[in-house]
Amino acid sequence: MSGGAFMAVLRRDLLLAMRRKSEVLTAVFFFVVVAALFPLGIGPELNTLRLVAPGVLWVGALLSSMLALQRLFEADYRDGTLEQMALSPTPMPLLISAKLLAHWLVSGVPLVLLAPVLGLQFDLSVDALLTLTLALLLGTPVLSLVGGIGAALTLGVRGGGVLLSLLVLPLFIPVLVFGAGAVEAQASGLGAQAHFSILMAMLLPAAFFSPFACAAALRIALE
Amino acid sequence: MKNINWFHYAAPQTFYGLAGKAWPWFAVLATLLMLAGMWLGFVVAPTDFQQGEGYRIIFVHVPASWMSMVIYLAMAFWSVLGLTFNTRLSGMMTRALAPTGAMFAFLSLWTGALWGKPMWGAWWVWDARLTSELILFFLYLGYIALTSAIDDTRRSDRAGALIAIVGAINVPIIYFSVKWWNTLHQGASVSLTKAPSMAEIMLWSMLLMALAFWFYTVALVLYRVRTLILLRESHATWVHELDEVKP
Repeated sequence: MSGGAFMAVLRRDLLLAMRRKSEVLTAVFFFVVVAALFPLGIGPELNTLRLVAPGVLWVGALLSSMLALQRLFEADYRDGTLEQMALSPTPMPLLISAKLLAHWLVSGVPLVLLAPVLGLQFDLSVDALLTLTLALLLGTPVLSLVGGIGAALTLGVRGGGVLLSLLVLPLFIPVLVFGAGAVEAQASGLGAQAHFSILMAMLLPAAFFSPFACAAALRIALE
Repeated sequence: MKNINWFHYAAPQTFYGLAGKAWPWFAVLATLLMLAGMWLGFVVAPTDFQQGEGYRIIFVHVPASWMSMVIYLAMAFWSVLGLTFNTRLSGMMTRALAPTGAMFAFLSLWTGALWGKPMWGAWWVWDARLTSELILFFLYLGYIALTSAIDDTRRSDRAGALIAIVGAINVPIIYFSVKWWNTLHQGASVSLTKAPSMAEIMLWSMLLMALAFWFYTVALVLYRVRTLILLRESHATWVHELDEVKP
């Protein structure tokens, strides 16, 4: 029964996102624009660009996920859906994890798919592109999971958007360090295996605990 | 040992009296210890043969860094207590601690920069400790920003408690990731680790200063909690019967 509820929330959130394409696409285009601004600011030296590419793309992904996070619970909070979720007999963390998964599919996966294309503009090698994509694949879910806690806490709060970045960006630092570090380790011949393991080690506990923390934060917001 | 009823003091009304009696003592102790520590550190301690007079800034810098970390732990402790026992006082304690913690984190960064310029020739290096202290400062700011953005005290206390706990879980992860990040890039050309044996007098001075900062924090936090209690309980009759409140 709870599995059904999980699927229902997932399908509903994906459907809603598909109906409001512009909101999803804004965050994705933001990522593209940010990535395009850096070469203009730094200069077209390919050697420099190759060095900064992983960091630039990761910071871009961080900022773009900030934009997407603000919408994670906002609409459901306004129309009362969240209250119904809190009251429902299905455990709230389960429903929240469906929402988080939907959010990652809508906002994280496009970044993962776009990153190799943008990486080409920075003249990354095929090897580095693969590493970058894999690191983003492991890292972006953590952004959605940890960011979800911040989004739940800042729900309906004055200046929520800026506040959310202040709260959540410092917590993203480990993901940034190892995500961008993976590419560099690969390029220097060390291999990115260790970085992937650490990213996975962040993802798994986050996937387990974050829905509970989000549910607790939402209950505080709904009181 | 007889059971002490800790919950007795969890009520703001009783704690207000206790804090009022305790904070002047802590303030006096802090002043005395600070005077003693300063005297030892700035007058008695000899000039360092490598670093000259500039090294004396560690008597402020090191205790301030310690306090900035201890205070974050204390905030997490009160947050856990507040969320599990649902006591109002815990939220007030956390909020009273945050500004002092942020102040110490800032002080530690500031004095570190002042020390770094003559010693390393740079105001700032991306050393693991410096970077994680900076992030700790950001975490304090995040907590303060969140709690002051929510008007409803109950919600702001609970939301603040949650973010303090999440932050406390993250602090070790952040510390190690920054550390590994730092070693992956070229190692810092300068090391923060001092000469292995520190002269005893310097150590004593540093410990005295650390104790002084502890007592200063306790005194200030108790005072701030009293203010918060008065502010939040202003509707209660016992507040209006206080000597200092009565017109």
